[in-house]
Amino acid sequence: MSKIEKDEISGVDTTGHEWDGIKELNHPLPRWWVMTFYATIVFAIGYTILYPAWPLLRGATPGVLGYSSRGDLDKSLEAAAASQKDLADKIAATPVAGIMKDEKLRAFATAAGAAAFKVNCVQCHGSGAAGAIGYPNLNDNDWLWGGSIDEIYATIGNGIRAPGNASTHASQMPNFGGDGILKPEQIADVANYVWTLSGGKPDDAAAATRGKQIYADNCAACHGDAGQGNKEFGAPNLADQIRLYSKNGSIKDIEAQVTRPRHGVMPAWGAKLGDTAVKELAVFVHSLGGGV
Amino acid sequence: MGLGSLVQMALLGLIAILFVTLGALAQDAAFAIHMFIFAAAAAIAVIYLARSYGQPVAAASPEAYLDGVVRAGAIATVFWGVIGFLAGLVIALQLAYPGLNPDLEWFNFGRLRPLHTSAVIFAFGGNALMCTSFYVVQRTCRARLAFGNLAWFVFWGYQLFIVLAATGYLLGVTESREYAEPEWYVDLWLTIVWIAYFLVFFGTIIKRKEPHIYVANWFYLSFIVTIAMLHIVNNISIPVSFLGSKSYSAFAGVQDALIQWWYGHNAVGFFLTAGFLGMMYYFVPKRAGRPVYSYRLSIVHFWALIFLYIWAGPHHLHYTALPDWAQTLGMAFSVMLWMPSWGGMINGLMTLSGAWDKLRTDPVLRMMVISVAFYGMSTFEGPVMSIKSVNALSHYTDWTIGHVHSGALGWVGMISMAAMYHLFPRLWGRKEVYSLQLVSWHVWLATLGIVVYASSMWVSGIMQGLMWREYDDQGFLVYSFAESVAAMHPYYVIRAFGGLLFLVGALIMVYNLYRTVRGDTRAEAPVGVPAAA
Repeated sequence: MSKIEKDEISGVDTTGHEWDGIKELNHPLPRWWVMTFYATIVFAIGYTILYPAWPLLRGATPGVLGYSSRGDLDKSLEAAAASQKDLADKIAATPVAGIMKDEKLRAFATAAGAAAFKVNCVQCHGSGAAGAIGYPNLNDNDWLWGGSIDEIYATIGNGIRAPGNASTHASQMPNFGGDGILKPEQIADVANYVWTLSGGKPDDAAAATRGKQIYADNCAACHGDAGQGNKEFGAPNLADQIRLYSKNGSIKDIEAQVTRPRHGVMPAWGAKLGDTAVKELAVFVHSLGGGV
Repeated sequence: MGLGSLVQMALLGLIAILFVTLGALAQDAAFAIHMFIFAAAAAIAVIYLARSYGQPVAAASPEAYLDGVVRAGAIATVFWGVIGFLAGLVIALQLAYPGLNPDLEWFNFGRLRPLHTSAVIFAFGGNALMCTSFYVVQRTCRARLAFGNLAWFVFWGYQLFIVLAATGYLLGVTESREYAEPEWYVDLWLTIVWIAYFLVFFGTIIKRKEPHIYVANWFYLSFIVTIAMLHIVNNISIPVSFLGSKSYSAFAGVQDALIQWWYGHNAVGFFLTAGFLGMMYYFVPKRAGRPVYSYRLSIVHFWALIFLYIWAGPHHLHYTALPDWAQTLGMAFSVMLWMPSWGGMINGLMTLSGAWDKLRTDPVLRMMVISVAFYGMSTFEGPVMSIKSVNALSHYTDWTIGHVHSGALGWVGMISMAAMYHLFPRLWGRKEVYSLQLVSWHVWLATLGIVVYASSMWVSGIMQGLMWREYDDQGFLVYSFAESVAAMHPYYVIRAFGGLLFLVGALIMVYNLYRTVRGDTRAEAPVGVPAAA
């Protein structure tokens, strides 16, 4: 049954076996293949001598280089911390207004704040800080709670309506519709009026006129006589074209907000990230669109 | 025959009733649906037996090969292949355009992704391995498949497993173990089917009429045995209730992770590598009409491959809680795996020496050679990526996805589809496929698709890795994760286009094979012969 033949093309003998017409030649192992295989084995043995490798009864051989991935990580973290220590310590010791005056500290804090922003803030405010519906744009000069460096610092540190923080910004717009303070017709009227504050054309001019008085009685205390807003209460400016709970602004959206106001919540970051990080975030956010 | 058939029907009827009862008592809807699927399968089997009851059975010659099950497997391979490729295209588009994730939980990326991976690996790849192994083992042993119609049970049992797994993913039933997502009762069913598969395959080898066992069968057998071991160990778990779909793994923490990647890596090693090498070792010499290049090489690389592969899994857990020593060993074994993997490539390619001219005229052989080339490329890339300093960049990025697909589309997909082109005409008694020109189109479309896919993922993956570790001059990270996601968009679109090309190629294959089965031959110029001027 076994019949060793010489293959005419390669001049090499077959093994003499045959399955369903398939025969096998008996070429020797390619030399480069064997050599490379040996080389990888030598490399592997050497590698396991240098690094932690062979399991023993307790633990494993530590390797002659004394490497451990945790140790390696600790080392690079220490190196990173050491390279930043001087400036980071200064930031910790300097009030945020002082950081703004020192060019070097300010540049460092801006970079640090940008990195922290990407981890903690982009989820709501977007990676370009342009915000979204319900989340303010931080690039413009329209600040709900104030755009000076100290105000931004306070807002980030204590949050907005952050539960459990005594210094947080807590004020809220009354629930005009839900609590029955205003009737639906009155809300429609005042929405028509508010729409005119930012230059819009009312659906119904008579309604807007009626709404003016309702506005003066119910809204002006916080939003101001001309709708210019009040940062003390986080009352938005109603006279500009920047909207928080509406894409392009509409009387309908204003009605919805007056009827059942929505309020944003931001965590008090001071408790989570520490004061230094809050300072850095404040410097970075101020660099985007901060005011005086 | 009559009495045996009656007993079978009675047993299957009881099983159907049992599963209906389990379905009625189920703790959750998904479990109920799955029990009813089991019951329906048993009921269909009863109906089939009842319809054929009393009809004369054509006595199968004990010499004749059992090819009906191979034919069924070949059709299933092509069917599940198209489903799997299509699912891949859909989820690629969902990644590029997140709006394509509907508000229906059954069809979002999270549930379709395991549907895609399981459809291509287990449904397409598994059926390809089963049907070719049944074909090859009979011919290289000159023996009919062992244990009568058990092979048919393996076939239908495996399809039932696929249906249970796929419906489970869409319903949200998952163990959350990559490539081993099905829950405990589906795992048990697969275990039964797999043992039957082993018995059929091994039994056929035992009763072979050839003095020696052909190399393809070593690879197939190592695949079957090792997958059984991996499947059972990785799926050891405790159900919350025997009437519910949820279970918890017997392992916890980093041990659990290591068991999972021991499984996951060797699913690649023994399912996607060893099994398909078995396929290659039969179909390449057969198609080329040349002897296998080196018997010695096949022995050495076979044993080296299966000895080394099983230890390489920890490289999936570099820089994690896995102890350093295990990471070191995972990398060391992966590097040593390079040449044993390439032994298969050398034997595949060098078998063509003396027959290289056939590449011009036989697009099926061309497809096989391209697949072996992709095998060589991805088995080089694998050890490179297992090196810790490379892995520090590549891990968790799209580079891994590109690597997997150059192996899965290039190697597994192409060798399987080439085997189908070889098998279909032979199984249905045709001279050749309907059109070799269409095969040629398929070869180039698929190759282009893979190149587009893999290269876009290399660029995207390396960019991702570099963005994640980019520091500014003050020592702070430059990019947020979301920015790296946004940067991937163009590559995700390009990748989806590559997938589309691959899918179109597969659809051309479906048409070509359909016409082949019908017995048609396309009037066309032969491939590779320049048209007369």
